[in-house]
Amino acid sequence: MSSAYELAIEHPAESSMDQKNQLHPRLLKSPVVLKATGVTKSYRKGKVEVPVLKGVDIEVLEGEFQAIVGASGSGKSTFLHLLATLDKPDDGEIYFEDNRIDNLPAASRDILRNRYIGMIFQFYHLLPELTALENVLMPVMIHHGFMSYMLQRRKFRKRAKELLDLVGLSHRLKHRPREMSGGEMQRVAIARSLMANPRLLLADEPTGNLDRAAGEEIMEIIHELNSAYDVTIVMVTHDLSIAAQADRTVRLAEGRVESVSFQS
Amino acid sequence: MYKLLLSWRYLKSRYIALASIVSVTLGVATLIVVNSVMAGFSDEMHKRLHGILSDIVIRSHDLNGLPDPEWHMDEIRQLAGDDIEAMTAAIQIPAMINFRDNIQGQWITQPITLIGIDHQTYSGVSDFSEYLLHPDNREQLDFLLKENDYGRGKKDRFPVSGWARRRVSAEWEQKAVEAPSDSEGIDAADVPASPFPLVDDSGVEGQGATIAGLDGQLSGVPDSTGDLGVPGVPFQSSNEPEIVFDPASEQHTGIVLGISICSVRGRDADGEVMDYYFALPGDDVKVTFPNTGQPPKAVSDSFTIVDFYESEMSEYDSSFAFVPLAKLQDLRGMVDVQSGVKSVSTIQLKLKEGADLNVVRDKLQARFPIQQFGYQIQTWRDMQGPLLAAVQLETTILNILLFLIIAVAGFGILATFFMIVVEKTRDVGILKSLGAPSSGVMSIFLGYGLSLGTVGSGVGLVLGLLFVKHINTIAGWIEGVTGQEVFDPTVYYFNQIPVIVNPLTCVWVVIGAIAIAVIASILPARKAAKLHPVEALRYE
Repeated sequence: MSSAYELAIEHPAESSMDQKNQLHPRLLKSPVVLKATGVTKSYRKGKVEVPVLKGVDIEVLEGEFQAIVGASGSGKSTFLHLLATLDKPDDGEIYFEDNRIDNLPAASRDILRNRYIGMIFQFYHLLPELTALENVLMPVMIHHGFMSYMLQRRKFRKRAKELLDLVGLSHRLKHRPREMSGGEMQRVAIARSLMANPRLLLADEPTGNLDRAAGEEIMEIIHELNSAYDVTIVMVTHDLSIAAQADRTVRLAEGRVESVSFQS
Repeated sequence: MYKLLLSWRYLKSRYIALASIVSVTLGVATLIVVNSVMAGFSDEMHKRLHGILSDIVIRSHDLNGLPDPEWHMDEIRQLAGDDIEAMTAAIQIPAMINFRDNIQGQWITQPITLIGIDHQTYSGVSDFSEYLLHPDNREQLDFLLKENDYGRGKKDRFPVSGWARRRVSAEWEQKAVEAPSDSEGIDAADVPASPFPLVDDSGVEGQGATIAGLDGQLSGVPDSTGDLGVPGVPFQSSNEPEIVFDPASEQHTGIVLGISICSVRGRDADGEVMDYYFALPGDDVKVTFPNTGQPPKAVSDSFTIVDFYESEMSEYDSSFAFVPLAKLQDLRGMVDVQSGVKSVSTIQLKLKEGADLNVVRDKLQARFPIQQFGYQIQTWRDMQGPLLAAVQLETTILNILLFLIIAVAGFGILATFFMIVVEKTRDVGILKSLGAPSSGVMSIFLGYGLSLGTVGSGVGLVLGLLFVKHINTIAGWIEGVTGQEVFDPTVYYFNQIPVIVNPLTCVWVVIGAIAIAVIASILPARKAAKLHPVEALRYE
């Protein structure tokens, strides 16, 4: 399937040197995966326009683990949705691997979300009627038509099982979401986000709804993905201790980037 | 792939939606039952209407008939000989029948349609003979009274009839005459006739079983009218030789009566359906009809019932009486004085299988233009047109009404689906966040509607067919529970509810129901497709 997105030119841009210098040495040669410049977004409530983002710039390098933090209402979730092309910014530009994605047509954005960007959410967002395995398979089911899916079914199921094994759930393949704990559901969601082998993983407060122990388990998995499998991760959180584990932490306040800090 | 999976899972997990299609199921089942029963009824009706009516009838406008039937029949044969299988001439005139009710002993008079038939050829143009009660008459009618055995192969029980009855009757009659005022003041005529009706001896005919046959030249009467030369007034003669008529061994001219002319259907004390006969084969009746005089005068003659005719079309059974053509021609005086050729009032044709009725009718109408001949030339469909059209209209209206019921069910589906879409808002958000296009989301709900429609109408189809298959058993149960007769055989002439399942109708009903379910799911599906992913994900 060819699309506007897939016809993209691949010219990774140079990131600004001053920031790069402070990053982990393993990232020094990395190209930019995601870049946002001057992104604004406001919501209308009746006649009043409530600005949420007032010009946000970020840059994510390949293999980086970046955290976006901020108080409630700082617009961090909104920003993540814009990065995931679930919503369009009012102004500003978003580039994914140097291709502008914020103004893509709906069909291209669907393909982008389906195959290039994985997402995990605070409330897991699993489909309640499906088993863990089926939930993990959902991205490839959406990608492939009936025939195509059925022909490659064995391969897909094998990969889905491997991913569930990776997140430690190989014993719960046939369970429905409501039969699982929050931590388990989140692990299924992580496995699902990896199913299409995306180049970028966006996480929206993945531990926000979990107790401490479960949250730590999830963070361990996320770390492992980043370090062992080189998955680029952008994670929104309000938990500073979690943010501290990231390569780079972007702090949002009142719709703007307040500060950027690097892991020492 | 995901569309199928999710449609299927939603179908399995949402029983409320299944409840919403129960109305579709019931609608489909009802439509199938109603159509099958209506088709059964109308088929029975067609069979019966057509059974007694021949394919094409040429009828003279004048009761005195069309002269020279042989010439007409030759003309017709030349015109459409290839299509014609059988042809017969007949006389059809209004008449009065008069007989003694053997239950109450009173005289009963009824209007009838008297039909003079050539019994050799008449059964060729219609299913007439199949409806006769005596098995031998079904083979070949000869207007002779049979010994007994009426109703064999047709009816479970039938009173003793034929000669067996006639002899007893005559004996009783004899006794009544010999001992007139036995019991004080009571005249013989006051004694209830049952089961021995009084026999009138004004017209003497045949010698009962000893006579070989009555076909064609009915001995005696043609001669006497021929001698007199006054057609249509057979009893004016004073010099007619006195013949002693012995009712125990002789019969009058045979007459075949529609069964309802002298019977009623009712219930006995136990509620069993029973037929009550006022007269039976073997009894004598008097028939009065107009002759060909100007103005017509009433002529009457005695006939002996030789059989009953039961087509189960009440219209026919309660009015048709058949007598030999030649006898009727003689009695009415339908003879051209110069040529001696007898006339008839109708010519009936049966066409070969596959022949086009209307084409032949048009040919005949062209040959016998109405301005010149004044004949009515009609196919059986023309004659029963209004009735057939009424049944057709009834079926159409019922179908429309029942489809409206399914349409109402469609609104139920619409409402339920809107609720399901609201309930599944988050799922829609999730699917969109995973890159499912709007069209895919829409087709999940359309597919859901399609599968609900399919399941609903499939179950309805099966239910409907089962109901149709066991409709008589079910009618029996309902009768048992409510004590109300669902299908009253005293009203309808069928013992069972007739049904015909037309596969094409079933297919259309199912397709229609599925279409309604899918159409009802379009709006909710569009709503789901238009949901904004972020808002859908936030939906609690």
